[in-house]
Amino acid sequence: MNRPEPPPGPDGPAFAEPWQAQAFALVVSLAEGGVFGWSEWADALSAEVHRPDAAPDGRDYYEHWLRALERLAVTKGLTTPGEVEGLSAAWRRAAQATPHGKPILLENDPNPA
Amino acid sequence: MAHDHDHDHHHDNDLNPMTARVKALETILVRKGLVDPAAIDAIVDTYENKVGPRNGARVVAKAWTDETYADWLRRDATAAIASLGYTGRQGEHMQAVFNTPETHNLVVCTLCSCYPWSVLGLPPVWYKAPPYRSRVVIDPRGVLAEFGLTLPADKAIRVWDSTAEMRYIVVPERPEGTRGWSEEELAALISRDSMIGTALAGQPA
Repeated sequence: MNRPEPPPGPDGPAFAEPWQAQAFALVVSLAEGGVFGWSEWADALSAEVHRPDAAPDGRDYYEHWLRALERLAVTKGLTTPGEVEGLSAAWRRAAQATPHGKPILLENDPNPA
Repeated sequence: MAHDHDHDHHHDNDLNPMTARVKALETILVRKGLVDPAAIDAIVDTYENKVGPRNGARVVAKAWTDETYADWLRRDATAAIASLGYTGRQGEHMQAVFNTPETHNLVVCTLCSCYPWSVLGLPPVWYKAPPYRSRVVIDPRGVLAEFGLTLPADKAIRVWDSTAEMRYIVVPERPEGTRGWSEEELAALISRDSMIGTALAGQPA
């Protein structure tokens, strides 16, 4: 399987928000680094986008994309669900503790674990 | 989780849950040495021009060809843009600023990097960089010259400072020699930079 293009097409934006591009780029980077293969990725993503609660118009595509990445990372033993949850909360606390206009750094988390 | 409406839309530093999750994963993968942040940025950069700016180009091309739509865009850009399917998820409002023979418009976010993602995609690196943010307000003509855009001395330059609540898109002037062109043909002349105001629309070949 070749490197996937961002989902099309003529009628919609491929990335609605920066996090989607970041999630896209993480997967491209991991696949190119051989952490997983594209077909492995396609299977993981496919499982998510075919969930019965998926939006018909695909607006939640990147939410599936990200969930697929999390699951694959857990399957590969790279992380645990708890680690992802914990760091997500840490990033949010760090953002809230960062003055507007300053770069958001994880070190800004006032309550590190 | 399509509708997360927290009440801090105006607070840029409130990460939405998806952004926080991506950052968490990236942190984990970087710590393990599996991804390089610079490589991630490079991939994003590669895709940035393939995605968002086309949306804005469609908005502008429609405004060039449809006077009713242009009027709507002038009065209520948020709704006019949403009618084409481009909506932000942060609840931000849009304003379209139209270039005229007398006035050129230029967009910046002096505070950080507020940007109309829904129509322009990801902001270019220079837009987020301190030099552009700090100098555009003081010396717009000089900054434009560095972008290779020299405007007549009698043309006024108006700088619009974006915020988390209000984002701007420049509607460049329609080039001469494009009478009868389709929206699609016109959209090809409309670059990302022309909708930020650091360039003009392209000329017909």
